[in-house]
Amino acid sequence: MDSVRSVYTSPSSLTYCDLPWIIQHREDRCTLCGRCTAVCPVNAIYLTYRRQRVPKLDVLKKKRGNEYRHFVGIRQHTSIEKKCIGCGMCSSVCPNEAIGPVPNTNEHRTVFHQNQKGEAWKRGGRRNKSGATILDRIAFDRISMLTDPALDAGRHEFSLNTILGRVLPPEEFLRRKMAGEWIPPTREIFPFIIGSMSFGALSPNMWLGLLQGVAYCNEVLGIPVVMATGEGGCPPWVLKSPFLKYIILQIASGYFGWDEIIRAIPEMQCDPAAIEIKYGQGAKPGDGGLLMWFKVSKLIARLRGVPEGVDLPSPPVHQTLYSIEESVMKMIQTLSMAFGFRVPVYPKISGSTSAKAVLNNLVRNPYAGGLLIDGIDGGTGAAYNVSMDATGHPIASNLRECYLDLVAQGRQNEIPLFAAGGIGKNGNVTQNGMALIMLGASGVHMGKYIMQACAGCLGNEMGRCNVCNIGICPKGITSQNPKLYRRLDPDDVAQRVADVFMAIRTEMKKIMAPLGRSQSLPIGMSDALGIDDADVAKRLNIKYIC
Amino acid sequence: MCRLALKSSDTPFSPYEVLLAMEAMQEGYDGSGLGLLMRGVQFTDFNYEKDKQVILSGIAHTEEALSRLNGLMENRGFVQKYDHEFTVHPELIEASDRFKYIVRVYRKPENMDEADLEEYLMQTRLFLRKDGEEHGGDLTVFSFWSDVVMIKEVGWPLAVGDALSLDDNRIMARVVMAQGRQNTNYGINLYACHPFFIQGISTMTNGENTAFVPIKEWLEGKNIPGYTGYQSDSEVFTHILHYVTRKLKLPLQVYKHVITPLKSEELKNHPQGDFLQGLRVACRRLIIDGPNAVIATLPDETSMLVMDAKKMRPAIVGGKPGTWAIASEMCGMMAMVPDRDPAFDFQPMREHTVIIPPDRKELQIWTQFDPFTLPQAA
Ligand code: SF4
Ligand code: SF4
Repeated sequence: MDSVRSVYTSPSSLTYCDLPWIIQHREDRCTLCGRCTAVCPVNAIYLTYRRQRVPKLDVLKKKRGNEYRHFVGIRQHTSIEKKCIGCGMCSSVCPNEAIGPVPNTNEHRTVFHQNQKGEAWKRGGRRNKSGATILDRIAFDRISMLTDPALDAGRHEFSLNTILGRVLPPEEFLRRKMAGEWIPPTREIFPFIIGSMSFGALSPNMWLGLLQGVAYCNEVLGIPVVMATGEGGCPPWVLKSPFLKYIILQIASGYFGWDEIIRAIPEMQCDPAAIEIKYGQGAKPGDGGLLMWFKVSKLIARLRGVPEGVDLPSPPVHQTLYSIEESVMKMIQTLSMAFGFRVPVYPKISGSTSAKAVLNNLVRNPYAGGLLIDGIDGGTGAAYNVSMDATGHPIASNLRECYLDLVAQGRQNEIPLFAAGGIGKNGNVTQNGMALIMLGASGVHMGKYIMQACAGCLGNEMGRCNVCNIGICPKGITSQNPKLYRRLDPDDVAQRVADVFMAIRTEMKKIMAPLGRSQSLPIGMSDALGIDDADVAKRLNIKYIC
Repeated sequence: MCRLALKSSDTPFSPYEVLLAMEAMQEGYDGSGLGLLMRGVQFTDFNYEKDKQVILSGIAHTEEALSRLNGLMENRGFVQKYDHEFTVHPELIEASDRFKYIVRVYRKPENMDEADLEEYLMQTRLFLRKDGEEHGGDLTVFSFWSDVVMIKEVGWPLAVGDALSLDDNRIMARVVMAQGRQNTNYGINLYACHPFFIQGISTMTNGENTAFVPIKEWLEGKNIPGYTGYQSDSEVFTHILHYVTRKLKLPLQVYKHVITPLKSEELKNHPQGDFLQGLRVACRRLIIDGPNAVIATLPDETSMLVMDAKKMRPAIVGGKPGTWAIASEMCGMMAMVPDRDPAFDFQPMREHTVIIPPDRKELQIWTQFDPFTLPQAA
């Protein structure tokens, strides 16, 4: 027997019950196939031999003795870097349902030790704030069928599209039209947009699947869905393909991928849907993009014009940034010009109390094609935990404030506002999106929802998985490792994209029909909204209902 | 649901005729009020001259309000030429605070060009309305314009007509539009009753404009004087018509394109598709929604009928050269022009705008698919 005193425990020594996920292994079912240990993305589990002493007393012979039993078991590592992330891949490959992670319902200790060697905790995924969001709690309560004949969501025609791009006041539109002057470009698109996820963050199969799905939505289903690339460009064959028109190209502070894009301009068959200039991101405001070295594969390195296998942090600000006004103006103008003033250009900022300042600046910039505000619940491929959890502004009140600011100036039709950050985080994607639209958004961007719904991302708001940053995504969604991403069939992703958008389209009608709306997207129709919290109702300027 | 009736005739007729048409359509409406607008006005007791005089319509609820009104009008330089005294039967009126129904003729101020005068008339109306509101609502003003008389009252329409003795032929008109309901979707308020009026333009609607709040917020944001009120979701139809024709100076055909634009696929094949597509984007906040039939009249005695984009409301237009009518129900049409050939009645569909022109010779029917003439090079 070991004496207790000789057991060394370091400050970061943990036991399996200190971990967020506890592995339950049923020895009686295990066939020792080894699939679970092979599939585990973090090597959290290992096969081990154990010896069990069974005390034995032979009463007749009056002899005491021991018997030893040997057995094989699966056990979990307790080191921080190998802690189980609860992805459940082991359960999914086990032929006998012998193994699976169980959430630790007690407090767990790893949070105190996620900073080994002074490295602050970095991860991918989401904010990990579970429970119903403000958006989830908004109800559409102005039912017009009580006063007038109802629309039939199944039979009637609905105009569901929105406008992306700068819109002139009618007087100015007429003046320019008559004078033959430049009219800012606009796009008629579906208001639910696949938000920016970069070609480096996503695996090639994921990206291809999304693009295939988007093309199918546009060309077969007649739903004009667009998707945004994150920073890092776009594969050259896409740039030169007719699919480019479904893509919003993002330029961010690292300018990764823009060499390829600029070089491809002369060969482009069509214009991109829009250009998004990223100034900030809801998941990590004030912090630049980050592609960790694990994911900088040969292909990614070529697209981004960098060496393989190095960390690719983008600076927190654009190098051109002297003041935000000057930067926004310069960049919007430069990019508009690069595409012959035929492509809407808009900035993306993180939700913040200073969003209104940016907005007012855009109102005066005749080239600004919109504003995308990304709230604190937005996801990311990689960020510091503290940024993700605690930095930023929730989208609902931020968006509402900006919209009401435009209303006060009579400019709400001129600068379309787009909202992002937590749309559909509990699955209620259409409800969340329509609530934001009625609060004043022209459309919404969604990222995590698309990964979950279209590719089976395992992440949830309770710390599950969220290892998108280190290239080991067990579903092959956010990995550049072919062994992993071949798990994901692009055709299946495309199929799910089509499923998702068809369902959103139906749900939009189911929301709009009872409100008596079918002719245009109910942007700013705040009279249809109510919430069961008086303070929130007051802040959002909607009804309090209970 | 409201019932609507409009009659337009070369020879002036009694507004009571239109009230009888409302009575014919009584089944579908709650009869909670009456809104009446007349153009081409003729008084038996006074020779009204449209070019030289303007008419103020409203209600003074107290004696104090009436004397204040007298003073205010004098201060603003309006000389009264005629005061129409209705023969009132107060027992037929539900409300008790009606000191005097005002239909008064004033001389147009001299030395003012047309544009300034139009602005001044509207400002005066808004000023009087505000004055009434500041005094506990003791003065209600519906219109102040050349050749327009407006009456609004709570109660069963025919009863209101009887109460004001509208059948005595002392006041007649060539165009009469009437609507038979207070806006019971919201609080009862005389200002919430159709028809609505701004600078000679008037509309009334049966239906519900479900896009009301975003449209209202946009119109208010334009800071155009007169784009206020909005006690009813239908008031925005009037202001949009005003905005399109008076502010944007676009032809009447464009109204329909603004409130119910064609779909992108349809615009692709439209001769003015490019212009209309741009206009639809620029005027996106003015797209109406919900079931609506909008009936409008203009200062030149033109009358117009348009439907919502799904044609979710009934409305019919019919008549004969010289006399035409628009009604929300066929039976209203029968009551107004019984001797017409019903085979020529027309029920507009989603793309139509029906016009009864001032000469009343024949109906004009425009469709949104047809090109129209824009004054400049659009
Ligand atoms: S749940 Fe995932 S991380 Fe945990 S042991 Fe199973 S495969 Fe490994
Ligand atoms: S499944 Fe992949 S994308 Fe989803 S949370 Fe895990 S690592 Fe990230």
